[in-house]
Amino acid sequence: MKFLKLLALTSVFGFSAAAANAATLDDVKAKGFVQCGVSQGLIGFSNPDDKNNWTGLDVDFCKAVAAAVLGDATKVKYSPLSAKERFTALQSGAIDVLSRNSTWTMSRDTSLGLSFVGVTYYDGQGFMVPTKLGIKSAKELNGASVCTQTGTTTELNLADYFKANKMEYKIVAFEKNEEVLKAYQEGRCDVFTTDQSGLYAEVLKFANPADHMVLPEIISKEPLGPVVRQGDAQWFNIVKWTYYATLNAEELGVTSANVDDMKKSANPEIQRLLSVAVKNPDGTDADNDFGKGLGLGPDWAYNIVKQVGNYSEIFDRNLAQLKIARGKNALWSAGGLQYAPPIR
Amino acid sequence: MTVNTPHSKSVPPPAPAGGVSWFYDPKIRGYASQIIVVALLLWGLYVIIGNTQANLTKLNQNFGFGFLTQAAGFDLSTSLIEYSSTSTYGRAIFAGLLNTILVAVLGIIFATIIGFLVGVMRLSKNRVVAGAATLYIELIRNVPLLLQIFMWYALVLKPLPGVKDAHSLFGIVFLSKKGIVMPHPNFGPGAWAGLLFLVAALVGTWLFRRRARKLQDETGKITPVWLISIPIIILSPFIGLALAGWPLAFDYPELKGFNFSGGMTMVPEMAALLIALIVYSATFIAETVRSGIQAVSHGQSEASSALGLSRGRALRLVIIPQAMRVIIPPLASQYLNLTKNSSLAIAVGFPDLMYAGGTVNNQSGKAIEVVFILMVVYLSLSLFTAAFMNWFNSRMKMVER
Ligand SMILES: N[C@@H](CCC(=O)N[C@@H](CS)C(=O)NCC(=O)O)C(=O)O
Repeated sequence: MKFLKLLALTSVFGFSAAAANAATLDDVKAKGFVQCGVSQGLIGFSNPDDKNNWTGLDVDFCKAVAAAVLGDATKVKYSPLSAKERFTALQSGAIDVLSRNSTWTMSRDTSLGLSFVGVTYYDGQGFMVPTKLGIKSAKELNGASVCTQTGTTTELNLADYFKANKMEYKIVAFEKNEEVLKAYQEGRCDVFTTDQSGLYAEVLKFANPADHMVLPEIISKEPLGPVVRQGDAQWFNIVKWTYYATLNAEELGVTSANVDDMKKSANPEIQRLLSVAVKNPDGTDADNDFGKGLGLGPDWAYNIVKQVGNYSEIFDRNLAQLKIARGKNALWSAGGLQYAPPIR
Repeated sequence: MTVNTPHSKSVPPPAPAGGVSWFYDPKIRGYASQIIVVALLLWGLYVIIGNTQANLTKLNQNFGFGFLTQAAGFDLSTSLIEYSSTSTYGRAIFAGLLNTILVAVLGIIFATIIGFLVGVMRLSKNRVVAGAATLYIELIRNVPLLLQIFMWYALVLKPLPGVKDAHSLFGIVFLSKKGIVMPHPNFGPGAWAGLLFLVAALVGTWLFRRRARKLQDETGKITPVWLISIPIIILSPFIGLALAGWPLAFDYPELKGFNFSGGMTMVPEMAALLIALIVYSATFIAETVRSGIQAVSHGQSEASSALGLSRGRALRLVIIPQAMRVIIPPLASQYLNLTKNSSLAIAVGFPDLMYAGGTVNNQSGKAIEVVFILMVVYLSLSLFTAAFMNWFNSRMKMVER
């Protein structure tokens, strides 16, 4: 069954010449929605409720793309993908953009035929153990059995970390996140490892979150961000500048609540973000429309901010529940790493 | 006009005046349709290959198997060969293949044994026995295998203790949530003596059996061949080892921190998968066996009992050998099913061929190449099993005169 799925996905390589060659933008406009690859359920990033309404940072990013391209943030269809399926789904054209807590690595950039667009969330890999083990540091984990998900950077970092620290471990890896969590809770393994944000998200699903603790070590860099196919520079730009628009909006103090007022702002940066035409000295309007360069309408960024919000709104809406601080994900001007090139 | 029957092929009918249009000539039509089908097929292949190439180029990718020598970077929970994260992608796939073969071979052996027992039970005169067999078959056969694998995994894992309180057998075999750990035999120099004695015992048994048959043919006396030879076969390697000065040491498992170190471990994922495959496949084999036995005419068992054979002997000497001819072909396809079903291993995280291939695909991004390799390997496994069963089938056929 799994095999058939993989086969079907790969066979799309053979048959989908038309789909892959057409510009993704035209494709999305023609369909009327953005097909967005997300996780199968990770609180704070992409998680469905019982009515199949998706929420999360990654989901909001899909919505922002739809707002920019179609003027309507609700025009998104979600494809829940396991770690293993995600890149094949994007390569084969089954989705338009992958927004699924995926780590930007060199090999993923160079050998998958995909391009990472930016880093919407700076993360790092951590370990979780049952509190009753009485362990204080990852250095005490020699010989432990470790549960994780296959097809992730997690399983690679794990091998590196134990090798580098001359410790042994036994891997217990599953394709489905559900199985990983079950095995950890069942006691099949001593440790659960994934991106630290994932640890904070998953522990909420446990019967007794207080019985588990996250160890202090962060063993890797996990820059998580959206991914698109290579070979479509226009779509790459659209997705990239969707992300930058949310950052620039935050930096300029433009929020979903005040964006209409901000249209009257005299700040030239805000005027460019929102494509507000400015008066020439001779009284004619000077064009300030940066959407054109993306092949989008002038309201592209306005729609993003109005319908989805700026980066800090998105962050707080989704990650406050995990009690995750902005930390590295603060704006550069606040000592963080989030930095967007200017719109000009 | 003459009526043209299909039988008159050898005498071509006289062509009617003006001749049949070539358009209606069955020969030409036959050739034409075949040419069209082949042409369409080639065109389809051409389009697929062309498109694949174009799409790969567009994604800045190229087709090739060079990646197989790159370091894999990930570990596997269990492997029959030396494997670690510094091994290559190729080795990861090979380790997966060996795990698949291991599960398939063990599965086939035990499913066959249970299947034969249950198949015969279902035909038993004893209603309770027959009923139990029927219940088992109908219940298991109609529940999806994937569900059963999950169920067995939960059943295997749930009741077991953690390593600290592992169930222990004589202090050398331990059973816990982390699997079953047993001593690992390490053979020193001279250990070949054990193997030699085993081979000798097997050959001896074969000769003994031939003699016993001859004796039975001549005098009707039955020698209990197996009763005598099985203990000898079991004991022989130990005798050999003892004579060679016992060049055998065991690596005993020992609890160290989180896990047992030393010994050899069967992980619970493998246990769950194996049990599920065996329990499931045995039902199909049982049905195959039952139908095979029922296909042997009733006169055969009546004749056997008239000759004074017990029911067990009649079954073993008269019925089953004849039933085998009916059983083997469908049995072969059950074996193929079992092998292919073992690819569900991925659901419980047992690193079989599908698991290893999938992970390699994901980490290397070589989807087409990996799918190609998987297809070729599974096809070879199937063809090998089929060839073996064909050989076995023809051997069983020769026995019949
Ligand atoms: N960032 C890592 C790991 C991402 C990952 O798959 N994390 C898991 C564990 S938190 C997850 O999101 N699971 C949710 C799911 O599979 O739906 C990567 O890109 O390889």
